[in-house]
Amino acid sequence: MPILTVNKLTKSFGGLTAVSNVSMELNHGELVGLIGPNGAGKTTVFNMLTGIYTPSSGNITLSIDGRDIRLNGKKPYKICKAGVARTFQNIRLFKDLTVLDNVRISMHKNIKYGLLHGMFHSRLHSDEEKRLLDKSIELLSILKLDHKKDELAKNLPYGEQRHLEIVRALATEPSLLLLDEPAAGMNPAETAKLTEVIGWIRKHFNLTILLIEHDMSVVMKICERIYVLDYGIVIAEGSPDEIKSNQRVIKAYLGEDMRNA
Amino acid sequence: MEQFLQQIVNGISLGSIYALIALGYTMVYGIIKLINFAHGDIYMLGAYIGYFCMTHFHLGVIPSLLIAMAICTLLGVIIERIAYKPLRNATRIAVLITAIGVSLFLEYGTMFFVTANVRSYPPLKGILTQSFKLGNIVITAQQILIVCITVILMVFLQFIVKYTRIGKAMRAVSLDRDAAELMGINVDNTISFTFALGSALAGAAGILVGIYYNSINPLMGILPGLKAFVAAVFGGIGIIPGAMIGGYFIGTVEVMVAGYGNSMFKDAVVFAILILILIVKPSGLLGKETKEKV
Amino acid sequence: MKKLADIKGIKKWVALLLTYAVVQLLVSLNIINDYIMATLTTICINIILAVSLNLITGFTGQFSLGHAGFMSIGAYTCAIIIMRYPSPVSFITGLFLGAIFAALLGFIVGLPTLRLRGDYLAIATLGMAEIIRIVFLNLDITNGAAGLFIEVQYTNWLWLFIFTTGTVILITNFINSSHGRACISIREDEIAAEAMGINTTKYKVIAFIIGAFCAGIAGALYASYFYFIKPDLFGFLKSIDILVIVVLGGLGSISGSILAAFLLALISSLLQSFPEIRMVIYAVLLIVIMLFRPQGIMGSKELSLSAFKSLGGIFERRNGGER
Repeated sequence: MPILTVNKLTKSFGGLTAVSNVSMELNHGELVGLIGPNGAGKTTVFNMLTGIYTPSSGNITLSIDGRDIRLNGKKPYKICKAGVARTFQNIRLFKDLTVLDNVRISMHKNIKYGLLHGMFHSRLHSDEEKRLLDKSIELLSILKLDHKKDELAKNLPYGEQRHLEIVRALATEPSLLLLDEPAAGMNPAETAKLTEVIGWIRKHFNLTILLIEHDMSVVMKICERIYVLDYGIVIAEGSPDEIKSNQRVIKAYLGEDMRNA
Repeated sequence: MEQFLQQIVNGISLGSIYALIALGYTMVYGIIKLINFAHGDIYMLGAYIGYFCMTHFHLGVIPSLLIAMAICTLLGVIIERIAYKPLRNATRIAVLITAIGVSLFLEYGTMFFVTANVRSYPPLKGILTQSFKLGNIVITAQQILIVCITVILMVFLQFIVKYTRIGKAMRAVSLDRDAAELMGINVDNTISFTFALGSALAGAAGILVGIYYNSINPLMGILPGLKAFVAAVFGGIGIIPGAMIGGYFIGTVEVMVAGYGNSMFKDAVVFAILILILIVKPSGLLGKETKEKV
Repeated sequence: MKKLADIKGIKKWVALLLTYAVVQLLVSLNIINDYIMATLTTICINIILAVSLNLITGFTGQFSLGHAGFMSIGAYTCAIIIMRYPSPVSFITGLFLGAIFAALLGFIVGLPTLRLRGDYLAIATLGMAEIIRIVFLNLDITNGAAGLFIEVQYTNWLWLFIFTTGTVILITNFINSSHGRACISIREDEIAAEAMGINTTKYKVIAFIIGAFCAGIAGALYASYFYFIKPDLFGFLKSIDILVIVVLGGLGSISGSILAAFLLALISSLLQSFPEIRMVIYAVLLIVIMLFRPQGIMGSKELSLSAFKSLGGIFERRNGGER
């Protein structure tokens, strides 16, 4: 049962076609990788999936609880409310805010009190705030960030900033999580731990995950299926083993990396 | 029809002045992303310097113009060095407040020395008092002078920006300051030079407006300054030809509204145009839409 | 509705009531004379203006140069109403009506222009305020450039106190609610905020509406205290004045805005004795403050009661965590 159906998605900037006729399907609970050389259009696909770019043509459909929601052209916050969350390749935390606030902001879409309750700090407000606090700490503890909840996001070490991005995305209570190079800039030990965490959160939160990653050790280890993008088109799709032995993929991009993986 | 053409002539004269001021705004914004609120006051100072050259030293229009431009150039550079340069890495809003501070300083400092009274420019002599008739359209020698000087200055500016080393440096710094610095461009000097150019043009505009409207006062820079900024935004801020087009457009619109509608509302119309253009095409007439890379 | 249970909360309310009572006492004993009262009124009005602009510019990160425009809507609405029907009831009606009109305008102007970023928004709001001013200059009901004389004075210490503390408390509460955090996230990173499910346009407009509403209240208080209003009082310079208080106090610091409102009143009353160079000194001060402390007195921090105990701490904050 697909949760996300992407049909012939295309994006052109002026004369340049960054993504061309990309079709993919993500089944519920799957962990799918999206790989490809630099500039292949992976992040552009993410940006279309999350509404930051409007597709030039094609369709994106999200199916949750038997309901189909057409995502293309929707505003990012609506897509987030529909159940799609993401992290950013170049970390985009609210860096002058505390770790806790970063997480709480993501929970805003589900709060139960209105403006006036907020202005008069009503009972409902304090109850909800208590709930947000508890939930944030619970989420932060998954990646062992709970003891740093009052630090400013910008003061966290690089690796923890990437972790916080994931927690922040989880706080929106998504059904589909898009991770844009979560292991970028991490050392092998950190990467190994992150790989484990991604697997764990998928199970724990019953998530479907689409992952962009350059580190083949991560992709090959945890992804069940992989799409390979090159020059904006899907050149291969299959299990990690199939991808490893796909001649076109090796030729396009994987060459040396495969022998290391 | 004739009245319409007459308004066009008047609009072009006024537009020339706006265009000259707008050029300074657009260049400074292009290079350091600052709305230099003090720019309108440089224009006011240009008018006063011209006034003193003509009344106290009995100089002609052209020598007065050159002196006003020279002094304004110097002032522009000094202001940049003292007030803006130390804030190169501060928040935009801090620099903006500083610019407002400089603006108030120039306005009220001038008022302290020359009083708040309105002064009238000395009467012109010789050929400059004449006017010519084309059918029923009157073109004064002053208008011809204004347009000619403006065109000469614009051509000169285009030459500097397009064909000289420093012009190339200006364009480089406005595209990417860090990269320009890495390529060995002296960014500070380039920024100072931009202020110098803009201030010289504003100084020229000041003296021309003195000649045209014949009255000057220390707060005269505020509104034309804002309108020139509107002109710069209209044409696409940071784009030199845009500022020229914007200047002429705003000048013409203003004259038209005053001529055919209610002159009390001419400023309101200019600001309404601003809001409209910002909503429809924030990057301005000649600007390109840029989207933040994610 | 209100949760007063905790001791800290009670302490706050007691302190507030005490402040009110003490000033009221001094007023009735005539120790606070008309001159001091006028200064105090200016301070209160400036606090309302600065705190509400801080919500827009300091917290939501939307650069507005047109706050005086909203203020003028409140001032004129209230003035026109109390001139027709002079009574305390119509003063309050006029005040809220003015605030609502200002908020409405904030909504109408905000919706299309808030798509603009940074400087462009600043210029658009400046243009809006100028248009309002020019319209008031040309209407009959506002008596054009000559302005309006309001014969009765309804603004007194009680109303000033209620509206000033009310504004400060409600805006502070708002900022500390989830809605306030949504606004702050826009300042921090609009794209990330949107991706995390924040309807950024909605919250920008909300900040604008609340800010405009409060500015309208401030205008109404002004009109019914100082007897006289004219369009030029609410020009570009007034918007700048408010912005200066906000930046001087620190963008994103409510206590900073309050502190700066007091400080500026102090400076301007000191400068009263030098009318010729008053504005020049003011300008120089602005430049010097921006050169040496561009983040303002408080940065984005808040002054807490414990900070009073170690006043020296303010200066140590220099190396603190400001942006």
